[in-house]
Amino acid sequence: MLRYLLRRLGLIILTVLAASLIIFAITQFLPGDVARLIVGQFATEQAVENVRVELGLDKPIHIQYLNWLGGFVTGDWGQSLTSRVPVRPLVFDRLWNSSWLAFLALLFYVPLGIFLGVLAALRRDKPSDSVITAFGMTFAGIPEFVTGLVLISVFAFGFKWLPANSSIAPGATFWEALPQLILPAITVSLVSLGYITRMTRASTVKVMDADYTRAAYLKGLPRYQVLLKHVLRNSLLPTVTVIFMGIGWLIGGLIVTEQVFGYPGLGRLIVGAVQKQDLPLIQASSMVVVTVFAISNLIADLLYVVLNPRIRLQ
Amino acid sequence: MSTRIDPEISPDAGLAAADQAVLEIEDVDIVYRTSGGPLHTVRDVSLRIARGESYGLVGESGSGKTTLARGAVRFLPSNGSVTKGRVRLSGTDLLGASQNEMRKLWGARIGMVHQDPSAAVNPAMRVGNQLDEMGRTHLGMSKAQARVKSLEMLNRVGMPDPEAVVERYAHQLSGGMLQRVLIASALTTDPELLIMDEPTTALDVTTEAVILDLVQELLGSVRHAVLFITHNLGVVARVCDTVGVMYAGEVVEEGPVKTVFKQPLHPYTVGLLGAVPRLTAGKADLELVAIPGFIPRPDALPPGCIFAPRCPMVIDECRAARPQLVDVGPGQRSSCIRWVDVPEEAERPRPVRDTSGESFSGYGRELLEVRDLKKYFKGRGAGKGRSAAVKAVDGISARVTEGFTLGIVGESGCGKTTFIRCVSGLEEPTAGEVLLQGNKLAPSVTDRPYDALKKIQMVFQNPDVSLNPQRTVGDIIARPVQQLGAVPKAEVPQRVAELLQAVHLPQAYAARLPQELSGGEKQRVAIARAFAAEPALVICDEPISSLDVSVQASLLNLLAELQRSAGTSYVFVSHDLAAVRHISDWIAVVYLGRLWEVGPTARIFEPPLHPYTEALLSAIPIADPEIERERVRLTGSVPSAVNIPSGCRFHTRCPRKIGDICEREEPPWRDGKKDHSICCHIPLAELAASQRHALDGMYGSADAVGSAAPAPADTGVGDAEGSSTGSDTGAEVGPDTGAEAGSGRGGS
Ligand code: SF4
Ligand code: SF4
Repeated sequence: MLRYLLRRLGLIILTVLAASLIIFAITQFLPGDVARLIVGQFATEQAVENVRVELGLDKPIHIQYLNWLGGFVTGDWGQSLTSRVPVRPLVFDRLWNSSWLAFLALLFYVPLGIFLGVLAALRRDKPSDSVITAFGMTFAGIPEFVTGLVLISVFAFGFKWLPANSSIAPGATFWEALPQLILPAITVSLVSLGYITRMTRASTVKVMDADYTRAAYLKGLPRYQVLLKHVLRNSLLPTVTVIFMGIGWLIGGLIVTEQVFGYPGLGRLIVGAVQKQDLPLIQASSMVVVTVFAISNLIADLLYVVLNPRIRLQ
Repeated sequence: MSTRIDPEISPDAGLAAADQAVLEIEDVDIVYRTSGGPLHTVRDVSLRIARGESYGLVGESGSGKTTLARGAVRFLPSNGSVTKGRVRLSGTDLLGASQNEMRKLWGARIGMVHQDPSAAVNPAMRVGNQLDEMGRTHLGMSKAQARVKSLEMLNRVGMPDPEAVVERYAHQLSGGMLQRVLIASALTTDPELLIMDEPTTALDVTTEAVILDLVQELLGSVRHAVLFITHNLGVVARVCDTVGVMYAGEVVEEGPVKTVFKQPLHPYTVGLLGAVPRLTAGKADLELVAIPGFIPRPDALPPGCIFAPRCPMVIDECRAARPQLVDVGPGQRSSCIRWVDVPEEAERPRPVRDTSGESFSGYGRELLEVRDLKKYFKGRGAGKGRSAAVKAVDGISARVTEGFTLGIVGESGCGKTTFIRCVSGLEEPTAGEVLLQGNKLAPSVTDRPYDALKKIQMVFQNPDVSLNPQRTVGDIIARPVQQLGAVPKAEVPQRVAELLQAVHLPQAYAARLPQELSGGEKQRVAIARAFAAEPALVICDEPISSLDVSVQASLLNLLAELQRSAGTSYVFVSHDLAAVRHISDWIAVVYLGRLWEVGPTARIFEPPLHPYTEALLSAIPIADPEIERERVRLTGSVPSAVNIPSGCRFHTRCPRKIGDICEREEPPWRDGKKDHSICCHIPLAELAASQRHALDGMYGSADAVGSAAPAPADTGVGDAEGSSTGSDTGAEVGPDTGAEAGSGRGGS
């Protein structure tokens, strides 16, 4: 099993490396000259050249890549071109904000998704199952900017229960910020909620039809015991994996949602950086996204192994 | 309907009443609601099981036997319900009980053992915890007490090392061990009624034998009433006192096992018994009774007797009214109105010709030769890190002559399927050669010339997989006719029609899709397709294993008939020794990738037998309750082909192991009478001597039905070799090697 884990770990490191290569390559092809951007439109050629040397942009491309990667790994993420502040604290600050949003979303959609999925499976082919399944399908199909706008117009403009804008004031405590977090959190949740509901329903239905579930019923065990000990233990196994794999989607959803609500998270940072061609910022924040993605996949793998005796005991 | 459920009631109180009947089913109807309307799957069934009685419910798939059992204990799928009748468990009315009340009966007073043990044990829970649930739920035990009880139960079912087993998960135990766990679990509460639904069907024949021994032993000591559901008449004969034969949702015959097997009084029972291949007779001696047609669907029942469309004795009156079960003898009931005439008229296995002596006469020209074939797979992470090779086939040679059948038998995982896949080129062998009519064939089927492809065809176990579901039967057969048969386009339909006729399918079937056909019909299409190219050799991989008994018989007959008319050769692979016995001229016994015994069919079934063959034979449940056989049982399951035991590969399980030599040295081949060879350290004469008495009861020579089977031909029990010379190499070596068809040896 250890070998399996090491292999997964190696694979993930490889993935991140490959992603870094792609990120670096893409940023090379972005229009505009970094040095010129830094010194401004009217600087002399000499000044541009000086900055170039200073940033190592005169070196061959592979050296530039290694320098950049080395810098990223050792924590030297450079300076933002537009705001002239170090990139690292900026990215971490926004990552922190996004994490709160993601955490709230997870707290909302994971239990609800599992609950709805199991409920639908228990009521298979009854009206409540059809309703849950239909909702799940619909949610999973509607993009975040649509849900976001609908929620804003209903709950912010219609009922005026919650604010439409989520640009949190600096220094606000969690409790102060909470009302502003609710709508975006629900928005990012819905797609994943639909997905998790469907996955949970499917795997629960399968397990309920399994011979061992029938055998458990025929042993005369109380229904709740069959459900908790025999059904859920097996049916939530794939769900747990799906939850962590789904964190990638969540990040994608965050980028759009933060935009809609003006929430100061990592997603909004990336969009802004791209608009302003702020290269170091784009590179660093993309790398952070990739790393988060890779780590959640690794956790998914780990959990699958830990929870599944068939693999754990090999 | 008034009896109130009281789970606290002691079973004995119930037993005292009602003549000790534990389960009483009266006039029960079970209906499934489907989109196509209600399906009356079980109709008017009554049966009664007394305390200490073991009732075998037999029937083919679709007979309603499992539905009946599930209905009786109120465990039907949500669209099924018992619409009529009464079910009582020691006087307790089951149909009137609420779900909650039933739950208290399940497990406590009704124990269940299910078909596929590897699916019936929860894969994510330790076996011990699953066992403990019984004690904790029903016996009010604490965790620790329940564990003690579980260990005690595991001991009782003969589980080796129970303390270790309780800590394991399902995937760490073999099928036989899991079935022991399930039996232990069901018996924990000492239930009044034990229902076993095909408990050995998913197991290998050697494991099945061990589990049946256990069941028999437990039944002898326990006072449960047992409902034993199976399709296998041999199993019923071994473990049951009473048998009920179900057909299309009704019980058509019922009675004490001994009586019914000796004197069946319903044509269907006669047919079922006649359809089972014997260990005493082959295709040259007997034509099996195939019951034509198939079980009608519950929504398309014929009027009158439900068996009328398939019955060889049908008369007009049969179609007039539905016959009732009537008493026909002591304890025996039959629903045939002509039961009096059944012993005279019902169809029995017919002798093909009166053979006395060798059933196999001479060899034709050589067709296929396989030389020292090996197939190693890369190890799949098993073992200790190093990629150990899985030696699936480790040096098998064989020869097949024209118009000849080579049967290959062995347990699952012995390498028989890999061997034929290599021969047919679906798998590339690691080493060795395959020669067709003296020409060496390319290892992979894609490199083989057209002519070779045409000459070797295959029939697979599962026709659902091998037939394209989107093409009509006509298209399926026409393809190889065109591609390989070199038939002009205009004549293709004519040829397809001939082939359909040859496999006894109506011409109209050419327009149908596979899904509209029954399993047996699909397999006929697969056979027609194999014969479309006029092959010289057809390789059959368990071709009848997934089919019902009556259908198996008709396919075996069909294969024999096609062989007689077309002169085709077969390589017939199966775990079913009786089927192999029926169809083969020559048999090779495979274990862990090697051959251990080869010889003409009749020789394989007489002493001397290789210890492995002996165990296989002894394991087969025979449909004759009168037979008491000496039991030769194998322990454990086939070892993994990664860590092959040293010396004789069979030594880890061999009941006749003679000592260290078996572990150290590979045994020699010893030639017996008439091309018969055995690979074992024990001299043939000794083997024969120790097996002689065992043989008397080995096969059930007394054919329960009819007396058509000739006595085992020329039972030269150790008379030729060995006893006279006592030498290691038997006296007689086969005829000249040119005729040594099919013989093969482990090379090394
Ligand atoms: S009643 Fe008639 S059709 Fe039915 S089994 Fe008897 S003879 Fe055959
Ligand atoms: S060689 Fe020994 S272990 Fe092998 S079959 Fe013969 S007696 Fe058994």
